[in-house]
Amino acid sequence: MRTLRPYLPVLVLGVLLALAPLFVTSNVVLNFLVFTLTVALAAQGWNLLGGFGGQFSFGHAAFFGTGAYASAIWQMQLGFDAWTGFVAGTLAGALAGLVIGFLSFRAGLRGSYFALVTLAFAEVFRVLANSSEVTGGAAGLLLPLKIGAENLQFADRATFLGFVVALVIVVLLLVQWIRGSRFGAQLVALRENEEAARALGVDVLVVKLKAICLSGAITAAAGVLYLQYFLFIDSGIAYGTWISVEVLLAAIVGGLGTVLGPVVGALALHGVGELAKSLAGGLPGIDLAVYGAVLVVAVAFLPGGLVGIVRRRDRPRPVRDAAPVEGEA
Amino acid sequence: MLTVDNVTMRFGGLTAVNDASMQVKAGSITGLIGPNGAGKTTLFTIVSGFLKPTAGKVAFEGETITGVAAHRLAERGIGRTFQIVKPFAGLSVLENIVVGAFLRHPRRPDAERLAAAVAEKVGLGDRLDAPASSLTVAGRKRLELARALATEPRLLLLDEVLAGLNPSEVRDILPVIRSLRDDGITILMIEHVMQAVVSLCDEVFVLAQGAIIARGTPAEVVADQKVIEAYLGHGAAARLKGGEAADA
Ligand SMILES: Nc1ncnc2c1ncn2[C@@H]1O[C@H](COP(=O)(O)OP(=O)(O)O)[C@@H](O)[C@H]1O
Ligand SMILES: [Mg+2]
Repeated sequence: MRTLRPYLPVLVLGVLLALAPLFVTSNVVLNFLVFTLTVALAAQGWNLLGGFGGQFSFGHAAFFGTGAYASAIWQMQLGFDAWTGFVAGTLAGALAGLVIGFLSFRAGLRGSYFALVTLAFAEVFRVLANSSEVTGGAAGLLLPLKIGAENLQFADRATFLGFVVALVIVVLLLVQWIRGSRFGAQLVALRENEEAARALGVDVLVVKLKAICLSGAITAAAGVLYLQYFLFIDSGIAYGTWISVEVLLAAIVGGLGTVLGPVVGALALHGVGELAKSLAGGLPGIDLAVYGAVLVVAVAFLPGGLVGIVRRRDRPRPVRDAAPVEGEA
Repeated sequence: MLTVDNVTMRFGGLTAVNDASMQVKAGSITGLIGPNGAGKTTLFTIVSGFLKPTAGKVAFEGETITGVAAHRLAERGIGRTFQIVKPFAGLSVLENIVVGAFLRHPRRPDAERLAAAVAEKVGLGDRLDAPASSLTVAGRKRLELARALATEPRLLLLDEVLAGLNPSEVRDILPVIRSLRDDGITILMIEHVMQAVVSLCDEVFVLAQGAIIARGTPAEVVADQKVIEAYLGHGAAARLKGGEAADA
């Protein structure tokens, strides 16, 4: 049972989210939850690489968009079904991760250089998607409406929400498992100090590549969700800066390198953003201004993010911390 | 066990290691001493695979390892500590050591068990849950040692693990190092604390300005004129004899 305990918080969160449709019937709230959890999923992808691995990407739109476009093309241009499209989109994200990771990590890019290269990739993808025929050019792609579970299109929002929640929970459980695994320990180690990690036998390049592939796959899955829910993408949505920024904000505000952080962060950010919008009336850009303010507050006062507040309180450190420092006679 | 053959390392115009050769016998504690800037750390950096030498060859257990990546050498059994300690500051003491233990124990329970045992051995057993960033200098040095040990090396490179410790801390850790040799680990240590070199090392190499200028038992080396001059300047050996200040 001890080994199952770490998974408890994720399962509790899953049950809470799964029960939400029983209490909420308002389409506005269901929309809010679907969209926010889609962003949370993308943010968990970012968090795996940025939070656990310390490799900050400014261009996760590259994965989000690749997932969405790959699945759309898979269905519309190649005529396959939506479920295999979901898999294809996710794998395309992993492949994009492999390519971007290989080019930048092999060249030894770190810190702001890596961040800028990812940003550049996302922009290049956006420009390509905007001008290429297969992606529908500037007009984008409109996925034909074919309601039915076999097409990953659901008649009611609550069902779609259920699907999104299930996916989020599966990914959170996966991340929780990674956290305790050798791969997870090595990923965190290279974030803390690459040289020390290498001295302990960590193949830094391989671990980073694994992380960016998984990260790309998860964020791409979120892109597919977006496509299946809104049935429309264009280059500005799929490869837009908005998603690169949102995933990074959600992870930082919620708690970098934590399992629940991205979900908590996305819910908090979108919650506050919606509140501000309704209070300020249609003031354009008010939610973005609020995001900025929340980020500043989080960075300045919450080093462990929102999740960090709870963690510090509910897990008192063992008393042995107060023991006299050894070796000081 | 380890052979360094005519290794040279140049950084631009600066020759940090100049045609240095040395051997470490299996089962020994071998010392590497020399004044600051002599190139000792650079030599370690080469042996542990972090730097490729400009010229020369390094062999470990009979196989050439020049240019082999650091993580591969860790797998093959070369562990090292860093003179400038590099703790994973955001992690607990146990988690720091677990990273090393994972090298040969892919399952977490096994890795944690080994890490806890190693922590106990180096005297960090009661600090497992403390954040690494809360450790004192002495604690961080022990953590460096523990992490390297957790990779279960056959050859351990220690870069000034005693520097910055007070005499009682040094006294505490000497038996730990000696016990490692008894466990079958071969040790190559860079050290400035002569008391430790004399009490631990079977053989000592002296590096000055990148070149090996002397080798022998600790007693032989500290009496060597070239060594005294390397540390204290030209003519120092003669002056010392004249002034009878026979101080190691
Ligand atoms: N990466 C490097 N680039 C340039 N110079 C270096 C580098 N590493 C070490 N050096 C130089 O090499 C010389 C030897 O340094 P080091 O090996 O650290 O000496 P020691 O450990 O014996 O005190 C010093 O002059 C140092 O400045
Ligand atoms: Mg040094």
